[in-house]
Amino acid sequence: MGVTTMGGGEHSQLTRKDFVSDQEVRWCPGCGDYSILKAVQTVLPELGIPREKFVFVSGIGCSSRFPYYMNTYGFHTIHGRAPAIATGLKVANPDLQVWVATGDGDALSIGGNHLIHAMRRNIDIKVLMFNNRIYGLTKGQYSPTSELGKKTKSTPFGSVDRPFNPISLALGSEATFVARSVDVFPAHLKETLVRVAGHRGSAFVEILQNCNVFNDGAFFDVTDKGVRDDRTLAMEHGKPLIFGKNQDRGIRLKGTRLSVAEFPPGNPPADLLVHEESDPDATVAYILSRISPPEFPLPIGIFRQVAAPTFDGAIHDQVAAARARGAGDLEKLIRGPETWTVT
Amino acid sequence: MSIDISSGSGRAGRSGRAGRKVEEVETVAVRFAGDSGDGMQVTGDQFTSTAVIIGNDVSTFPDFPAEIRAPAGSLPGVSGFQVRFSNHDIHTPGDQPDVLVAMNPAALKVNLGDLKPNGMLLVNTDAFSDSNLKLASYSSNPLEDHSLEGYQVFKVELTRLTRTALEHTELRKTHGQKAIDRCKNFYALGIMYWLYNRPLEPTLRWLERKFAGSDELVEANKLALTGGYNYAHSTELFQCTYEVAPARFEPGLYRNISGNTALALGLVTGAQQAGLTLFYGSYPITPASDVLHELSRFKEFGVITFQAEDEIAALGSALGAAFGGCLGVSATSGPGMALKGETMGLAVTTELPLIIVDIQRGGPSTGLPTKTEQADLLMAMFGRHAESPLPVLAAATPGDCFYLAIEAVRIATKYMTPVILLSDGYLANGAEPWKVPSLTDLPSFPVQFRTESEDFAPFLRNPHTLARPWVKPGTPGLEHRIGGLEHEDVTGNINYDPINHERMVHMRADKVAAIANDIPLLTVEGPDQGDLLLLGWGSTEGAMVGAFEQLTRQGKRVARAHLRYLNPFPRNLGEVLKQYKRVLIPEMNMGQLALLIRGRFLVDAISYSKVQGRPFKVAEIKARADEVLARESV
Repeated sequence: MGVTTMGGGEHSQLTRKDFVSDQEVRWCPGCGDYSILKAVQTVLPELGIPREKFVFVSGIGCSSRFPYYMNTYGFHTIHGRAPAIATGLKVANPDLQVWVATGDGDALSIGGNHLIHAMRRNIDIKVLMFNNRIYGLTKGQYSPTSELGKKTKSTPFGSVDRPFNPISLALGSEATFVARSVDVFPAHLKETLVRVAGHRGSAFVEILQNCNVFNDGAFFDVTDKGVRDDRTLAMEHGKPLIFGKNQDRGIRLKGTRLSVAEFPPGNPPADLLVHEESDPDATVAYILSRISPPEFPLPIGIFRQVAAPTFDGAIHDQVAAARARGAGDLEKLIRGPETWTVT
Repeated sequence: MSIDISSGSGRAGRSGRAGRKVEEVETVAVRFAGDSGDGMQVTGDQFTSTAVIIGNDVSTFPDFPAEIRAPAGSLPGVSGFQVRFSNHDIHTPGDQPDVLVAMNPAALKVNLGDLKPNGMLLVNTDAFSDSNLKLASYSSNPLEDHSLEGYQVFKVELTRLTRTALEHTELRKTHGQKAIDRCKNFYALGIMYWLYNRPLEPTLRWLERKFAGSDELVEANKLALTGGYNYAHSTELFQCTYEVAPARFEPGLYRNISGNTALALGLVTGAQQAGLTLFYGSYPITPASDVLHELSRFKEFGVITFQAEDEIAALGSALGAAFGGCLGVSATSGPGMALKGETMGLAVTTELPLIIVDIQRGGPSTGLPTKTEQADLLMAMFGRHAESPLPVLAAATPGDCFYLAIEAVRIATKYMTPVILLSDGYLANGAEPWKVPSLTDLPSFPVQFRTESEDFAPFLRNPHTLARPWVKPGTPGLEHRIGGLEHEDVTGNINYDPINHERMVHMRADKVAAIANDIPLLTVEGPDQGDLLLLGWGSTEGAMVGAFEQLTRQGKRVARAHLRYLNPFPRNLGEVLKQYKRVLIPEMNMGQLALLIRGRFLVDAISYSKVQGRPFKVAEIKARADEVLARESV
């Protein structure tokens, strides 16, 4: 997939360095956040959008330190509230590219309400949710994506708390762009970032991210070099869902049930499920969001991208329509419907 | 519509009804009371509008239940609206109504205790059925058991009379008797208009506007109003009628205004005077929702309103908009304030302008959602984590909400700080005649956004105001990051150094404290020195003015001062306090301003606390002041 150019294009060519701030990066050595930061800093200069148009808004958590490291406008806010703050910012200034950097605790636990409402409104913000399935900054409690039975500092006998599936949640919240990528798949991550940058509307990207201190290897059974081709499914729009090191397996849909079909390499059966990311009905995307190893591969890529009017656009359309009928007369407004004069 | 009135002269009311005595009175308080579905608020509103159009001074006290429609006829479902109108300057809706209109037994039971001895009582006898009497916990019918002997009782079959008057209307044909019965409030209003020689035209015209497109409603309500008026006229229901002449107002253009309307208009005006787009993020809550309703209509002024998913997002979105270069505002009431606290802390440390309006109500928790209280003062002052001072203003009258909204915008943008503006349920819903200001007389304070990249740093301060620069994201060359972590001055870089933290805590506090040099001195009414200072804040001003005037007339050495700025205090407050032997502070809380005054100035201020969900009466403050003065002279 090629790089799409957005914006005017006459802006002087930016490089990755233009997006690197002068702040020392303070994530733990080996943290998956480094590769996400690098991917973002690599993709942004290729978009043809002036640097000053980017704003990164974050909440609280390791991932939420992200804005400090980006040489763009940035706002490190409070726990869980980044989507709400980003909503006000985007409505205030629709010309901006507003990105939210968040984590599984920030977005799905304390900020769950803001996330789902931002998604359903189709406010034009791009939420990058780093999912490491743990609370890192508070040093190792289970998160809303931690697996059932997980032993952590706060669950010494194993977690009895059933986790969220972030993709299912985003689809259920009516997000118009929903994708999944992985910290250690830089090419895939960059492609996904380019696509999300070009989307207008609420976008949600789950990025599987390794916390090598408190939850090391959470995704290794999927992302390790030796297994990744067999255990991940890179979805491509308009193409049958095929995976495996030898490209010898595919996904079938019968009714609401998916199954894996095996076939000789290069000779897929005709009834494999063809990925339709722009399907206005999110049902199949939702079904795909439910599968994971060992029975199935883990789908990565874009589950859904549909065009819909944005919330910020609709607000400004209403204002513009009212102003087109005549700008407000403040004197008249203050006078109100009835006045009397005392002489 | 505009009517010309010469102040204090002539009679705007009707005259010349032969044979009936017309008595001039100075001031009258009428209370309309009925079921929450009886339309008492709209009845009171119309009586008020007509009074202000005639030129009376008015003060109102709408008092309604938290339930939208409590069971019909029940005590908790009673809704009331008291309006006082006068031929002179008044400041309160009156301690006791002169007239009570009771639409059913429950309304009578709830309100009778407030009616003046020998006051007029107009009752809808049709509503005094056995079941309604039982719902109101009456063991016998008060209309028959002589328990109302201390009042002038006017028994009117309001329901039957309204049905008769509206028998042949289109509304009767199309919507049936129930719809007709809902017009009886206007029948009662017609009777009261006759009693007080009020013109019908303003309400007739209002009905045409209100029900435009529903001719059957216009027709029926007009008939009910004129029916009531003519009934009172032809049946000689009252032995005499009354006139309240226009009050002497300062010449000028006037309108009727409630606190919430004034607040909405003030915010729009403040945004304009600052050259900013108003972004209002809000979550519905009583009694603040009307501000959202008002502002959502003002799109032609570029006003953006956002009904957020919760109180936290409401203020969060406003803060995001402020970061984006808008005037970010959110109004709420106590429970919402509690939820917004963390966001205010972020606004304090990132030094972004933001306006938070707390329209206080009875609490804690859901408390008395439709009743008034002033118990959020300490929360406004200190109700955030850590050292997070911010300016706090409090409106004193409905019209003052307009001016203080503008002042809040001025302070927030000039000093780059969140500002809390306090109002309360009494101001929010209460109305008064208000002299319409001319825009040219209002302060203008256009915001200068930083666009110059040379020598830019996000926390490089204006040496006079200590304000940091405000930069709109999207401005080339000024890319920067702000956030909730402690940072160093000038660069804004994260900094955990202990001395730096202390320096920043002081910096933020000093910036707010220095605003004292940019606000008016506290003005005192009455002698410069004396036995007693009545000190207040917020909506108690009306009752305090009334008490002060009575005490002064009795020759007491009493002065009065009212704080509109609670943080920082006016810089002469300490001096003023020292000039009086005693300081009495009436508040609708347990003594929160008194605590601040005692703590800040070591003054032995006396707290007068009232927490009944209702405003102070003049007589209550007067009595407490007399007690204090009596103790002093012993």
